[in-house]
Amino acid sequence: MAASAHQLRIDLTVNGTVHGIDIDPRTTLLDLLRETLDLTGTKKGCNHGQCGACTVHVNGKRVLACLTLAALCDGADVRTIEGVGTPEKLHPLQDAFIAHDGFQCGYCTSGQIMSALAALEEPWGPDDAAIKEAMSGNICRCGAYPNIVAAVQEVRKSAEGGRNA
Amino acid sequence: MHEFTLIRAETDEAAVSALTAHPDARLIAGGTNLVDLMKEGVETPTHLIDINGLGDLDRIEARADGSIMIGALSSNSSVAWNADIQSRFPMISDAILAGATTQLRNMATMGGNLLQKNRCFYYPDHNARCNKREPGSGCDAMDGVNRMCAVLGTSDQCIAAHPSDVCVALRALDAIVHVKGVEGHRAIEFADFHKLPGGTPHVEFDLAHNELITGIEVPGLPFAANSTYLKLRDRTSYAFALVSIAAALKLDGDTVDDVRLAVGSVGTVPWRSAGAEDAMRGAPATAATFSKAAEIFFEGAKPRAGNGFKIELAKRAIVRVMETLKEQAA
Ligand SMILES: Cc1cc2nc3c(=O)[nH]c(=O)nc-3n(C[C@H](O)[C@H](O)[C@H](O)COP(=O)(O)OP(=O)(O)OC[C@H]3O[C@@H](n4cnc5c(N)ncnc54)[C@H](O)[C@@H]3O)c2cc1C
Ligand code: SF4
Ligand code: FES
Ligand code: FES
Repeated sequence: MAASAHQLRIDLTVNGTVHGIDIDPRTTLLDLLRETLDLTGTKKGCNHGQCGACTVHVNGKRVLACLTLAALCDGADVRTIEGVGTPEKLHPLQDAFIAHDGFQCGYCTSGQIMSALAALEEPWGPDDAAIKEAMSGNICRCGAYPNIVAAVQEVRKSAEGGRNA
Repeated sequence: MHEFTLIRAETDEAAVSALTAHPDARLIAGGTNLVDLMKEGVETPTHLIDINGLGDLDRIEARADGSIMIGALSSNSSVAWNADIQSRFPMISDAILAGATTQLRNMATMGGNLLQKNRCFYYPDHNARCNKREPGSGCDAMDGVNRMCAVLGTSDQCIAAHPSDVCVALRALDAIVHVKGVEGHRAIEFADFHKLPGGTPHVEFDLAHNELITGIEVPGLPFAANSTYLKLRDRTSYAFALVSIAAALKLDGDTVDDVRLAVGSVGTVPWRSAGAEDAMRGAPATAATFSKAAEIFFEGAKPRAGNGFKIELAKRAIVRVMETLKEQAA
């Protein structure tokens, strides 16, 4: 089953909405989200897998949209920062980033939040060192790291409290 | 990025025959290395063959004889967090978690990890001379920026260090690479899989263009339950290794009964030294024994201007890892 270079149709679900799109097979998921679907919350930092600004969830796992070819996402379920909270009703993690000053310029923040959301479901330990390691793929040029760890810890602890209650 | 045609392979055989039909095609698994190099114009495949739909290749099968068969499409994350891998071969899990980041490990497959390209600065730089990228053009690393380069297994053509973490552990464990080609199945010893640069640094693997890696078998080795991976790098996370150590140790009282030792980022391929291991077997498990083994390991090492520090760093790391394993064994 071969497709010619300029016509490739993919169907994918982004934040619950199904899209059928004709793409150039060279398109990355990052460019598809930003340029075609106008979901510009996901950022392009390095475009080479080195910074984490483009972190999104594909089929429930955090991945880098800049190294993902959209053509390989046919049938995939994608979640971006736009699918996490709304300005009226932020996700608790977004509230925690604000409460703890988890950003300055904000460029890395959507990647940080998508990463942290996934990290909270992964088998990392509870201490700060584990959170730092889990979050090491998200570079913050403003150096908001300690505050990001504090924000993630707050949400982790309240989730833990909720589970134990 | 150059234009390419996408082919979705539904079976192993379809992947192999698509490769056979298209001499400039590439398989794509996680894409973390290939897509990056396509953006750099280093890889310019005419066809991309998507193998992510190949049924059973993402299974991890722990067998009764102590071995584990890891499907080539298993993600690096799924292998690292696998309970049988963690209990039988902790060095594999440690090595994977020391590499890249969760986002990359979720995407990256084991087959792709074995075939990842080196991280020499000049390799993706079209303005630089590089025999690996362009045979016969020269090697700018030789007298250029070579801090990350290898000191063992180098040639006058190429000194690039092998960058993979998990391959160091797989080398220590004598893994076997299973591949499928037009002629059927073939099994390759890990030691033979990665090629020394010699006069042909662009030939990197014992793998034909139209062969598909199907799995990586790790033979049973009970004492590997006492194993670990230490990675030393310029920052505490998310960096390629300066040196790394994969080791397993079995004691008989105060004596070394058996040992495995491989060192990463010092060789042009994941490096092992039979002499160093022999020097430890049957000897007292002491720092003196471990540092003698470390000396033997680096006999014949050839540093360039920027990477001599790796030798002393690795020797000390070997001693530290062996001491740790000794404490764990006791
Ligand atoms: C920013 C960054 C940091 C990294 N840090 C580390 C690190 O610290 N340590 C480390 O070890 N690695 C590191 N890596 C490398 C990473 O581990 C590899 O990119 C990854 O393992 C490659 O797997 P993949 O499935 O994505 O391969 P792909 O990119 O899909 O493929 C790589 C190559 O393998 C071929 N291939 C893939 N599967 C098969 C198969 N089954 N049979 C035959 N051929 C196949 C492809 O054709 C291609 O040539 C890093 C990568 C990035 C981008
Ligand atoms: S060391 Fe190898 S990869 Fe680096 S420039 Fe020389 S030939 Fe190329
Ligand atoms: S933009 Fe994808 S990792 Fe930097
Ligand atoms: S807030 Fe500016 S890069 Fe992180």
